[in-house]
Amino acid sequence: MPRLILNGLTKIYGRLTVVDAIDLTLEEGEFVSLLGPSGCGKTTTLRMIAGFIPPDAGTIEIDGKVLSAPGSVLPPERRGMSMIFQSYAIWPNMTVAENVGFGLELRKLPRAEVRSRVGAILEVVKMSHLADRYPSELSGGQQQRVALARAIVVEPAVLLLDEPLSNLDANLREEMRFEIRRLHDEFRITTVYVTHDQAEAMATSDRIAVMNAGRIEQVDAPHLLYTRPRTRFVAGFIGRTNLIEARLVQGEIVFDTVALAASRLATPPQGGDGAVLLSVRPQSMMLRETRPEDANGHAVLPAEVTRRVYLGETWDYLIRPRDSAIELRVSAPPTQVHEVGQAVWLTLDPQQVVIVD
Amino acid sequence: MPDSGTLSARGPAAVAGSRRVTWLGRLRNIEPVMLLWIALIGVLLFLVAFPLAKLFVVSFEDQRTGAFTLANYAFAYGRERYINALVNSLLLGLASATLAVILAVPMAWAVSRTDMPGKGLTWATVLGAFILPPYLSAIGWILLAGPNSGFVNRFWRDLTGFEAPLFNIFSFEGMTLVIALNSFPLVFIFVKAALDLVSSEMEDAANILGAGTWTAMRRISIPLVMPAILGGFILVFLEAISLFGVPAILGIPARLNVVTTQLWQFFEWPVRVEVAAAYAMPLLMITAGLIAVQKLLLARKGFVSQTGKGGERRLIRLGRWRWALFAWCAGVGLLAVAMPLFVLAQASFAKAWGRGFALDNLTLANYRLLIFEHEMAMQSVWNTVWFSATAATIAVLLALLIAYIVNRRLVPFGDALAFVAMAPFVIPGIVMAIGFYAAYAAPPLALYGTAALIILAFAARFLPIAYANSAAAIRAVHPEMEEAARILGSGRLHAVWRITTPLVRKALLGGWLIVFIVASRELSAAIFLVGPRTRTMAVLLYDMSEAGNFEVLAAFGGILLVITMAFVGIGMKLLGRDFMLRRG
Ligand SMILES: Nc1ncnc2c1ncn2[C@@H]1O[C@H](COP(=O)(O)OP(=O)(O)OP(=O)(O)O)[C@@H](O)[C@H]1O
Ligand SMILES: [Mg+2]
Repeated sequence: MPRLILNGLTKIYGRLTVVDAIDLTLEEGEFVSLLGPSGCGKTTTLRMIAGFIPPDAGTIEIDGKVLSAPGSVLPPERRGMSMIFQSYAIWPNMTVAENVGFGLELRKLPRAEVRSRVGAILEVVKMSHLADRYPSELSGGQQQRVALARAIVVEPAVLLLDEPLSNLDANLREEMRFEIRRLHDEFRITTVYVTHDQAEAMATSDRIAVMNAGRIEQVDAPHLLYTRPRTRFVAGFIGRTNLIEARLVQGEIVFDTVALAASRLATPPQGGDGAVLLSVRPQSMMLRETRPEDANGHAVLPAEVTRRVYLGETWDYLIRPRDSAIELRVSAPPTQVHEVGQAVWLTLDPQQVVIVD
Repeated sequence: MPDSGTLSARGPAAVAGSRRVTWLGRLRNIEPVMLLWIALIGVLLFLVAFPLAKLFVVSFEDQRTGAFTLANYAFAYGRERYINALVNSLLLGLASATLAVILAVPMAWAVSRTDMPGKGLTWATVLGAFILPPYLSAIGWILLAGPNSGFVNRFWRDLTGFEAPLFNIFSFEGMTLVIALNSFPLVFIFVKAALDLVSSEMEDAANILGAGTWTAMRRISIPLVMPAILGGFILVFLEAISLFGVPAILGIPARLNVVTTQLWQFFEWPVRVEVAAAYAMPLLMITAGLIAVQKLLLARKGFVSQTGKGGERRLIRLGRWRWALFAWCAGVGLLAVAMPLFVLAQASFAKAWGRGFALDNLTLANYRLLIFEHEMAMQSVWNTVWFSATAATIAVLLALLIAYIVNRRLVPFGDALAFVAMAPFVIPGIVMAIGFYAAYAAPPLALYGTAALIILAFAARFLPIAYANSAAAIRAVHPEMEEAARILGSGRLHAVWRITTPLVRKALLGGWLIVFIVASRELSAAIFLVGPRTRTMAVLLYDMSEAGNFEVLAAFGGILLVITMAFVGIGMKLLGRDFMLRRG
């Protein structure tokens, strides 16, 4: 049975629909990220799940029970959830141990059990030696660990995180990313994680819900978001891509001087003839100095290098197919050097071409 | 996404299917905070709105029949004597505020921007003047500059042989001097806070263009803080026109009548509340208007802080001039604090204060009389302490709840609550007292002569101080602190109690102490509301001053100051040296 269901969830501030009819289902133990640009409604969605904001339409269900509906919102304290805030919200008037034990106390657990569970979770987040410190005596990363421990120790039905790493420096962020995933692997708590950093979402999540302007554009596993983006926004937001306007004509996808058999795409188009938008990742194309012998079903076209940028891990080439108006971005390994103006052969694997909305 | 439209249309229907949103269901999820909110509105109406409304209504009522009439206004403004009192009040306000600005601005500049020595002493002066109740410093100045036997005048006569006194404190100038010496800290605090934000680079820029230190101060620093100076000026003006003690003690013997002393006369038998109400209206109007002006002035303080913040600040080296400035500060300190305190202390231990310092003039009889024999003195000490403490507690708790609800936007119209809570700020204490008298002294509540009437009036009068304090404290606590507790299962009130309250405890304690201290010396709001057994120290002190026994009076003032100092000391120990002087 799914753990958490968002059903047509909507929030309107004045005339602005900040969250627009969101549907999302989380299985028990699943880790889902809400990923999207600033202002797209991630925080609002998360705080509706937590019960801090009432929805204007739609429902939130947990284990089949409706927690939020317009006009009737179960208050946060009765939801059995945990949340990690951007500011951490570690209470400065309590020690680390008191912070972590607070939720257990509220659950009226016996003192001895509170103590042993606090001890155990501090062990897990490697903070045992600092149990009696006050928050002002901790570093940012340590405060983060306290926030994690405090949220996890109550074994919440759902764990909510709102950009928990955005206040940390780059190195620490990378470390905590894996820490969060490790804790999830250990405790399997159903988790909703809000971030605008795609690397963070990719490293931590089972699935990612990409949001844009209050809507969810696509929910998929990280690698599928990359290889099979369904909308123009997702294709552009996750990694980099070439968006190409093409036409579907009698089973062939045609653009410029190229024609690809539509049936060779990984997900062949369903609809009839007409305009389509293609997404082609820079990594999915190859450059050769000579024409390849065996095309192997790939499209091969002569082209010219118009610009190039060396990025260390790759060469970034801008390629213009011969007699064409479009330019394509192509990544190549750092050892593969072409000069600007040089003629090259471009191969394109239809398997890696995706049609997006 | 073509199907999202149908999905969103399905949403609410799904709700109806899985769980009917019944009236009862809504009630179950309602937060208790709504009930609290309704209760708060009730309390605020009772404390602030009703007395004010009553004051307004009464001013249009016939005393016996209650019928609508304009006769009260006709009476209140129908005599030259009453109009003169109004004019006197305004002149007194202008003169005192001007003098206070002259005294305070050089001090603020010296402390904030220069290397003048003895800054600690200057701070002590400001704090001392702030703590010394105005009526007590008026009594001190009678001992110093009474026309015949004041120390200063006797010294002058001995020195020069002239008959005429050097300075007669029972005069318009006398009142102006005492009020200015007592209220210049308001200007000082405002101006110093503003000067602290002016970066040295502002002055450097003038220096590099050829302006000397003085020109830079005159042309750059002072104009930059002009809004603050005007703000301080307005506050002193308002303080001066609403003060009762000083004009009563110094003005009445000189036949100088001002609004507050005239109001007092309307309260003499037979009590003419409705005339007093009508007569108080200009005071209320002027105060409200000027506070609005001051708000506007300070809203523009942006032009100080924007450019000044973060800029480097260096102290201006004054060379020999630093001693001139120091002399100025020391002079103000002498006049405002040291001399009045000194003569009061002398009188309190003297058999006859006029005999000056002599061993055979020393006695503890004055204190003994007050502590062991006086029928009212110790009663009034006890009254003062528990009235003030209860009022401070009520004000702080009320303010905390309102500040919380407003800051967290828990209810609609929260800002209206905040407005009502701040409203007493623009009501002179004496007007507030008349409102309370009109509203609650008579049946049905019949609170006249009870402790409750005074406590409620104090709580209402000082609610704005408590509110400003609480609002600042609440703003400093990130809402996520509470939300973190709630998501872990703690209810709203429990989260406030366990998380927010401990975090704001110190600030609240500061607010409580300030309200306690100002309430414990409050005279103008108390004088209309006390009964024979509910007199506070301030009221008793004023009553004693009419009898003219200065030795006992001084001793009683000493007791009042010791009690105040004890609480100031506690505050400083717990909250830092400047806890009373921070600009809220
Ligand atoms: N209380 C409010 N009143 C009016 N508008 C609001 C309110 N809260 C949020 N908004 C608006 O709703 C939109 C979404 O806000 P939200 O905080 O959910 O964005 P977000 O995706 O979390 O962005 P970020 O990545 O910057 O945190 C923003 O345009 C914001 O201005
Ligand atoms: Mg956000």
